[in-house]
This record gives sequence, structure tokens and C-alpha cells, in this order.
Amino acid sequence: MKAPVSWIREYVDLPDEVTTEVLTDRLTALGLKLEGIHAAGADIQGPLVIGRVLTRDPEPQKNGKVINWCTVDVGAANGSGDPQGIVCGAHNFEPGDLVVVVLPGGVLPGGFAISERKTYGHLSAGMICSAAELGLSDDHDGIIVLPADAGAPGDDAFGLLGLGEEVIEFEINPDRAYALSLRGVAREAALGFGLPFTDPAERAVPEVDGKAYPVVVEDPAGCPVFTTRVVTGFDPAAASPDFMKRRLEQYGMRSISLAVDVSNYVMIELGQPTHCYDRDKLTGPIRARRAHAGEKITTLDDVVRQLTVEDLVIADDSGPIGIAGVMGGADSEISDTTTSIVIEAAHFDPTTIFRAQKRHKLPSEASKRFERGVDPLLPAAAADRVVELLVEYGGATAEPGFTLVGTAPERPTIQVATDLPARLSGIDISAMTTVEHLRAIGAVVTEHGADTIDVTGPTWRPDINEPYDLVEEVVRIVGYDQVPSVLPRRATGRGLTRTQRLRRQVGRTLAGAGCVEVVSFPFAGEATFDKLGLSADDPLRNTVGLANPLSSEEPGYTTTLLPGLLEAAGRNVGRGTTSVALFETGTVAFPSDNGPAPIYGVHTRPSEAELEKLLEALPVQPQHLAVVLAGERTRSGWWGAGVDAGWADALAVVRRLADEIGVSVEVNAAARMPWHPGRCALITIDEVELGHAGELHPSVCKAFGLPPRSAALEIDLDALMAAAPDVTPGPRFSTMPVAKEDVALVVEESVTVAEVEAALREGAGELLESVRLFDVYTGEQIGAGHKSLAFALRFRAPDRTLTEAETSAARTAAVNAANERTGAVQR
Amino acid sequence: MSGPNTDFDPVEVAAVSPAELEAARDAALAAIAAAPDLEALKAVRSEHAGDRSPLALANREIGALPPQARKEAGQRIGQARGAVNQALAARQAVLEVENEARILVEEAVDVTLPTDRDPVGARHPLTTGAELIADIFVAMGWEVAEGPVIEAEWLNFDALNLGPDHPARTMQDTFWTAPADNHLVLRTHTSPVQARTMLTRGVTDEAPIYVVCPGRVFRTDEYDATHSPMFHQVEGLAIDKDISMAHLKGTLDHFAAQMFGEGITTRFRPSYFPFTEPSAEVDLICFVCRGTGQNDGGSDACRTCRGEGWIEWGGCGIVNPRVLQACGIDSSKYSGFAFGMGIDRTLMFRHGLEDLRTLFEGDVRFTTAFGSEL
Repeated sequence: MKAPVSWIREYVDLPDEVTTEVLTDRLTALGLKLEGIHAAGADIQGPLVIGRVLTRDPEPQKNGKVINWCTVDVGAANGSGDPQGIVCGAHNFEPGDLVVVVLPGGVLPGGFAISERKTYGHLSAGMICSAAELGLSDDHDGIIVLPADAGAPGDDAFGLLGLGEEVIEFEINPDRAYALSLRGVAREAALGFGLPFTDPAERAVPEVDGKAYPVVVEDPAGCPVFTTRVVTGFDPAAASPDFMKRRLEQYGMRSISLAVDVSNYVMIELGQPTHCYDRDKLTGPIRARRAHAGEKITTLDDVVRQLTVEDLVIADDSGPIGIAGVMGGADSEISDTTTSIVIEAAHFDPTTIFRAQKRHKLPSEASKRFERGVDPLLPAAAADRVVELLVEYGGATAEPGFTLVGTAPERPTIQVATDLPARLSGIDISAMTTVEHLRAIGAVVTEHGADTIDVTGPTWRPDINEPYDLVEEVVRIVGYDQVPSVLPRRATGRGLTRTQRLRRQVGRTLAGAGCVEVVSFPFAGEATFDKLGLSADDPLRNTVGLANPLSSEEPGYTTTLLPGLLEAAGRNVGRGTTSVALFETGTVAFPSDNGPAPIYGVHTRPSEAELEKLLEALPVQPQHLAVVLAGERTRSGWWGAGVDAGWADALAVVRRLADEIGVSVEVNAAARMPWHPGRCALITIDEVELGHAGELHPSVCKAFGLPPRSAALEIDLDALMAAAPDVTPGPRFSTMPVAKEDVALVVEESVTVAEVEAALREGAGELLESVRLFDVYTGEQIGAGHKSLAFALRFRAPDRTLTEAETSAARTAAVNAANERTGAVQR
Repeated sequence: MSGPNTDFDPVEVAAVSPAELEAARDAALAAIAAAPDLEALKAVRSEHAGDRSPLALANREIGALPPQARKEAGQRIGQARGAVNQALAARQAVLEVENEARILVEEAVDVTLPTDRDPVGARHPLTTGAELIADIFVAMGWEVAEGPVIEAEWLNFDALNLGPDHPARTMQDTFWTAPADNHLVLRTHTSPVQARTMLTRGVTDEAPIYVVCPGRVFRTDEYDATHSPMFHQVEGLAIDKDISMAHLKGTLDHFAAQMFGEGITTRFRPSYFPFTEPSAEVDLICFVCRGTGQNDGGSDACRTCRGEGWIEWGGCGIVNPRVLQACGIDSSKYSGFAFGMGIDRTLMFRHGLEDLRTLFEGDVRFTTAFGSEL
């Protein structure tokens, strides 16, 4: 909403000390947020004066252009009183016209300094200005021709043009629709400074006699009030007065024609949208009704729109002539031959207008106001104001008669405790202050009993319906700056949950392992999964789709964190960080197929069963963790060569994480894209899948611009954390001497270390404390297709020093078990 | 030289003369003092205190002396040997210290050599920032509540007094899941977590609600330096007896001081949110210019607040009784306040970030600058 300060001052007599800054500060404190103060042409320097064109001599030029050599009377403004010689390129004026002249020494917007200069063979001393050159609009169609009564040559043109006039731009919240008008803004200004307010809507209107254009309201719920007035003898060529054009420009609207300008002007002035119909194009009474199935309308923007039975339309016998409160129809539009005008000013149901505007994707200045709520008492005054302006500037005659159908909906009466504003704000506000402030906003307040009042909000405040709404009104006038700062009572909180603490630990562990956290967008599509090399039927491709994705390439919520992470790694490599270790934790989503989520009422809490049904309808959304390791895992340097990241590093990260939160994981070979089929591990906890880790498939490294043999992992973090013990039992260990035994076992290449180790453990029995593989050897001494695995076994008894015989027996048992299960032969 | 006097038959031998003994002792002491290092001292020990040294030989002769001479000779020799052994030990100690010192000098390294063998990790400021905020509230006895990012429409909108035809819904450009009549959205704010908390916990006098909800939210904004389709919010909700705007102000002032420094407070401006009534925008005294709107010199407008002296921080208000009603809380017994602000935005001005996108690009140079704790 843009409001010129001078216009505000027409309705409230602000003293001089209320500067624009003071005014905007006060209005911001009341809830009309300042967006900016504009002053078109504020940077223009004079002399800028009215001139009368004395002569205009067109002079064709060699380049095909025609320029006008003019003499202009600028009064005494040029010091001499002699006519000023000026070259002008525009042609929309004649000798005798009053124009705007900037004289040498003046400066136009953008620092454009004006001086005497030779051009087209003349000495041009100044410039005849267009609105665009003065920064008033982007209208480049010729120079400004002033009305004949604008003033005398030599008069200053600043005030006349509204140059430098301050216009305040506000951000208007949805609950303050009344402030989408000068009436509303000025009312707030009056409220803010405790000054009287002159209501521009308070005007004498004719008696309702139903004799203006006939109206039939078929849908009083959608259209509670409909009024018409008629003017005849309108001069379709009449121009809009300058003040009107200027104020429309200041608001941000273009001047179109007098009838349209008047309608817009009254909307800005009062907040009531109106519509003008060419009476000669109407047939039969105007009807406010829902559209019939199959009806169409061509709206003012020349678009044919299919109407639905939910659309409230204005119709005549020919069919719809407007979408109520949204946009008029082209067929009944005012044209350059219109002489009789039917003026519509109506009140519409906000929800109906909101839905229509959404349905037709047609937000308009009118719908913006109607959907938020307009004062239902305004139509009579607004229609009368439109008539007045059409008569005054369009030479029209007001026809007698005023048709008004329906009654304005009444405001509810709210019963409220007088101390509620004090209680909810924490400010000491007396009952008297409460009543005073509620009356100041226009509410009717009556006593209801001890400490309780009945309050009926003003008609222009459809947002005031409940006690808390009244509290805001009282407190904003008292001042939000009066709210004291008090801490609430100390709550007895339980601290972070174990999961919340574990999640932090996971992050710290990964950072400690040299990984840098990233946050990426979770949007994915087929191309994303193609890049990961997932097969066409891979379940990860089944995403929760988005109805309105930002990019058609990524129409779903991702099922894996790897794409975002690998992209980020590739971006780092591309920017020259060739060794990079990244991690991300975030939500992935899998469709639940539990049907649409229900929509419940809001007047009572849903039942437990209803809540359960609601939650079940949500997609499954676990937290995942993904890591990518690319390039050197240990740097090369003066200490020696570095070590490139590989599959084992990815697994090491998983194991480190599991150890740090007290979970044990199992590892088995797997083949799963995007990993190398021979270097991918499936990670499980108690046979439940946790995720995968290993070396990335060469094609994936290439696709994301990563170095060969980059490694990655992705696991279900929720599942990992769920496996963490709530309470870790204290370990018990023996302090007796340890007995160490090494064994080297030759097995076939296909036998895994895990299998051999498991057999050794099983065979060694209870005395075994630990097994650790410390070497793997392949070579001639072992024979083709075999490998030698060297394990260090540690034995210890809880209560005694083991004898050599005991240790030896346990070792033998371990080796025998390994032999039986895996064919291992001791070297 | 004689062998040991094994048959104890006294043999006439001359006692070692005192002069010879002194000479031998002095020679030993001089050699010891002159030994430059442990190696040399070892040789001196062998020569002057070893089995074949003059003093050792003299000692051996004692047995061969006539009994009446033994005592006196023994005393003299013993004194001489004692002096030599003492000197040896002392010199040994000195040389050992010298030797150790020399080794340490020889082992000196260039400590300016790089040591960046292992990569350094870091946590994202959005994570640590959310933790920092959570910790400020946990210290006040609040708890941290969480919820899913794909949320039921009813929880994201309806339960928060944003009915299907509420104009405010157009203020939030929502991602809907397909098909849209599934009534699921990517949550547009963390407020549904508040609704969940009220619905699942309820409120009693003994167990009021004080929760803070940090989380990821989505709006269909095009991605640029100040907008992102994904960003982060933190919201707070307090439901208790007699909660007022004063408690809201007190809580936010405390939060601001913890986050930005002592003396940084907030101000309220009237605003509109469907879930609160009365509603307010929260501004923060600019923590760079401390509200003056100017830089130190006073000549330029403060860059952080663009000369305003205040920074727009978030929204807040008294929980609308309609929300309490939908969530099963008796609004005649309890009142509440709620607030919400952008974590991304908070970090942007707290750390002087110029482009929101740096948070989401994953460039390690950005993240490592923040370490693992804000």
C-alpha cells in the first residue's frame, strides 16, 4: 500500500512536528510496517517552471527526424522575461499550451544537468519535460501538457506536479485490510496521535429507492450487499484531472481513462472496489449468482475463462459480465463511446473471492481487498463518490435513484474480561484504558457486569472476532514497547534425549575422523538415480513425488543422501580441493501408501485413533548418514607417501562410529550400486540391514568427477542409534598374565577372514581374549589360489595364570576348528 | 710383583711408599679430571682403578706386608683408592649429563615442518548453530522437540489456524507432495512440531510445555543469495499458567544476549500470524553498531543493519486460543507464547555471511572455517 503524506493529511490534521519520519515510526508501532518512503523527483533541481508555448516551428532534419524550434514564455523565471528558445523533439502540443520547462542550471533525475547548448542549428536554452524525464512515470509519449488553468508562465512547477512529494509504502498484514486505503491509513494516523479523523466515507447518500439499475441477488451469502447508481451524459473523451493521475501514479497505477481512473481512485481512497458498466451494453437486471456449468467469460484482460459452478459472477440476461470481486468482463466494458454508466459497489464473501482468485490465478487489486474483508457499509458511500467524480470531471449527470439490495453482515459482540489485555501482555493496563482504546478503534463497548465488557468491533474490522483480537488492539495502542521483560518460571526439563545426544556424538566422531559436514538439497529425479547407476527397477527410484517441484529434473524427495554428497565432493574437486572427505546427515523419505492424510476439524482435538491415522499416512522418513572419501586419506609429505582413500576407509568410519556409540555391526560382501561390485560391504546389526560401504563404482566416480577408487557409505542413522544400549554394562576383565600365540593359516582365496576368525573364536573357547589378523600373504610359498592369514591370539583366564599346556590346547582347538570349517591348514 | 700370600707366611716386602702412593693417586685424579668424555673416562678407570692399576696392585701387596705394617698401609691405600673412586663417580655423573645434553642438541628438529598428515574435519555451522540455540534453551529447563519434514497438511496448516481459505496460506509458498490431494506438504515452518508437542503431551500444572524446535523447512522460493527452497528455523513454545507477552520478551531478550552478547535486547512490533494473537515481529539491537546505525567512525551506515540500528529477527506472539483448542489444550486454564526465527538468517548476520548459498554448496573451505563448535 502506498499513501502520499499529503493525502493522509487531508483526513487528519497532523501538526508540523509530526514529520514523515515521526509518522512512519508511529504507524509502524501500530502495525503498519514501513517498507519505504518514496519521493518521485526529489532529486530534481530547478528552475522548473510553467511555460506557455508561443511558437512551434517544425524543422525536418537530414536524418529524417522532425524537431520543433519553439519559443516559450516562462515569465520572469529566466530573469529577462523574454521568450525562451527551446528545441523539442515531441509533437503532442500546440502554441498556447502550458508546458513544464526546466531552465539552464536545473538538474533532472540521474544528475542530468541542463545548460544552454547548440543543437540542430539553434541555441536551445532549456528543455520541455515529459513525465518520464521528471521520473514521474515511464510514460515517454510526449511532453506534459498542463491544463489551461494550471497556472501562469514562470510559476514554480514542483508543487503542481507533486514532485518531491513523499509517498509512504507500507506492508499491510492480512488482518489489516482496512489499511489498503487512505481512509484506513489516515484513521491509524489519527489513532496514533490521538487526533480527530475526518472519514471520507462519511457522506450524505441518496435514499435507497431501488430505482437505479435493477439488481437481483440470487446468492446473498456470497454477495450480502449490492448497490448500483447510474450516470448519463458522460463525456467519454473527458480527461482525468491531474491530481487523480498523479495519485494513481503515486499508488503505482497507470491512468487509463476517466471512468476507470475514478473507480481506482475511489478504491484507493476508501478501500471499496467498484466497477463501471456501459449501460447500453447491459440487457436486463444485474444478477449476483453462481456461474452455471459450462459458462465462459472474457475478462478485461481479454482472456476467455471457463467458469465453475463455485464462481460467483455478476450477470445480465446475456450471461456473466464479471467474476464478482475479481475482474469485470470485456463485453460490458466502458469504451470511448460510453455515455451512460452503471456503477456497481458491492460486498462479497471473502472466502468466495479468495477461491475464485486462486482458481483463475487472477489476483487483482479488487480481490486483494475483498478476500481480506472490506467494510460492508462502504458500498453506498463509494458508489456516491464515484458518481460525484464522474459528474465533476466527466460532465455526467447523476440519475436519481439508488438501488441497494441486501444488508451488511453484523459484527459479533465479544464478551471480554477487562483485565485480559493486562494479563496477556504483562503490562499494567487499567480497565479504563482498555475501554478507552477499544472505543478509539471504533468499537462499541458496553458494560456486561463486574470486570466484563461487551465489545462490538467496527464494520471495517472483520478481523476482530474473539477476545484475544481485542487484546492486540489494546496492547498495540498502549505500545508493544511497554511490554516488560520477565523470564517465565523455571521449567524442570529433562535435557537432551539420548538420541539427540547420540546424534551430536555421531557428528563429532565424523569430524574427528577428518570428515567435513555438508548440507544439500533433498530433491531427486530419474537423472539423479541414473547418475548413481541404479537399475531401472531399483526401489530407491520410488520417491515421494512433489506436485510442484522447482525443477522438473528433480520431482521427488530423495531416498538417498549420496547424490547431494557426491555432487558436493565433485564441486570441491572441481574447485581444486582434490582430496576431500565429506559427510551429511539428513532425512530421506520412502512412500508409505497409507492413503491421503485426513483433514480434521479444528474445534476439538482429534481422537487418538484419528491422530494415529494421520501419522500413519506420512511417508517413512528415517535419518540417514552418508560419507564420501576421495583422494588422499593420509596426506603425502616430508614424512613419506600419502595413502589414498579406499573401501577399507569407508568401513573403518562405520566401525569407528559403531564403537563410539557402543554398537557392534556385522560386515558381509554385497553387490549394490553405486558401489564397486567386488568392493562393497553390507552392514547389518543383528541381521537387520543398516546400509552399505565400500569403493564407489568406477562409472560413478567418473559421473561425479571424483578421483578413481573414491569410497562412500550410507547407513540408516536411526537404526544405528536405536541399537545403542541405553545403559552400557561395566566391563569385567582379568588382571592375570596374558598368553600370546600367533598362528598362520593357509586357506583358499575365496574363504573370508571373518569366517576364519569366527572359527578360531569358536574353537578357542572361553580362554580366548582376542583375535586380531595382523598379516595377509599371498605368493609362491603358499600356492596359487590360496592365501596365508596370520592371527595373533591372546588367552587369559579370569582367576589364574594359564599353563603352557592349557594355552597350547586352546590354540590347537582353535586351529582345528578353523580347519574343519574353512579348510585352513597351519603353515 | 708377587702373587697372593697364600700360605700366610709373612714375606719381607717393602711397603708401598707414601710418596709413590700419593703420586699414583694424583696421577689418577688428574687423568679423571682431564677425561673429556665417557669413553675416555672408561679408559682412565681401567688404567687408574682397574685390576692392574698401581693402586690395585698396592692393595694386593698389603697381605704380604708384615702384620705390623698392614694396618697403616691399608689405611693409606684405602684412602687413596677412595679418593680415586669418588672422583671417578663424580666425573662420570658430570659426563653423563653432558652427554645427554649433547644428544638432545643433536636430535633437534625443525619444528616448523608441516604436520598436516591427517585431514581435519568440521561440523556444519547450521548443525552447530542449531545446537548452540538448543543448549541456550536446555539451560533454561526447556526441551528440544522434533518432527518430520514431510508433514500432514492438517498439522502444518489447519491445526495452526491456517484454514484452507486463509489468505495467509498464500504467504507461504508450499511444496505439496504428489498427488496434492494426499494432503501432505514439505513443512513450511517448524510450527507443526509445536502442534505435535501439544497433541502428544498435553499440559498440566505440573508438566507445562517449554520446548524449542529447530529444523529444516521448505518453501518454493527460487534459489539466490538471500532465498533458498530449503532453510532452517527454530521455534519455541511455552504453555503454562499465566503466560504473557512479558515472558515472551524476557525469554527472547535472554536468547538474544546469549546468542549475540550481553546488552543485546529485542523489540516488538505489531504483526500478524494466524497462530498467534497478539502477534509481533521481533527485532534485535544490531550487535555490531549496538543500535547506533553507524560504524565506529560514525561516518558510514552500519553494514550489518543497513543503518537501521535494528535487525529483523523473527516473529512471535501469544498462542492463538484456536490453536490451543485444535490441539486439545484448555485455553481458559493455560496460555502460551510462541516464537520463530531463521537459523540460516541468524547465522548470516552473526557471522557476516554475504551469500546464503555458501551454506548449501558444501565447499570445505567454508565449513572448516567454523570448526566443530560455534
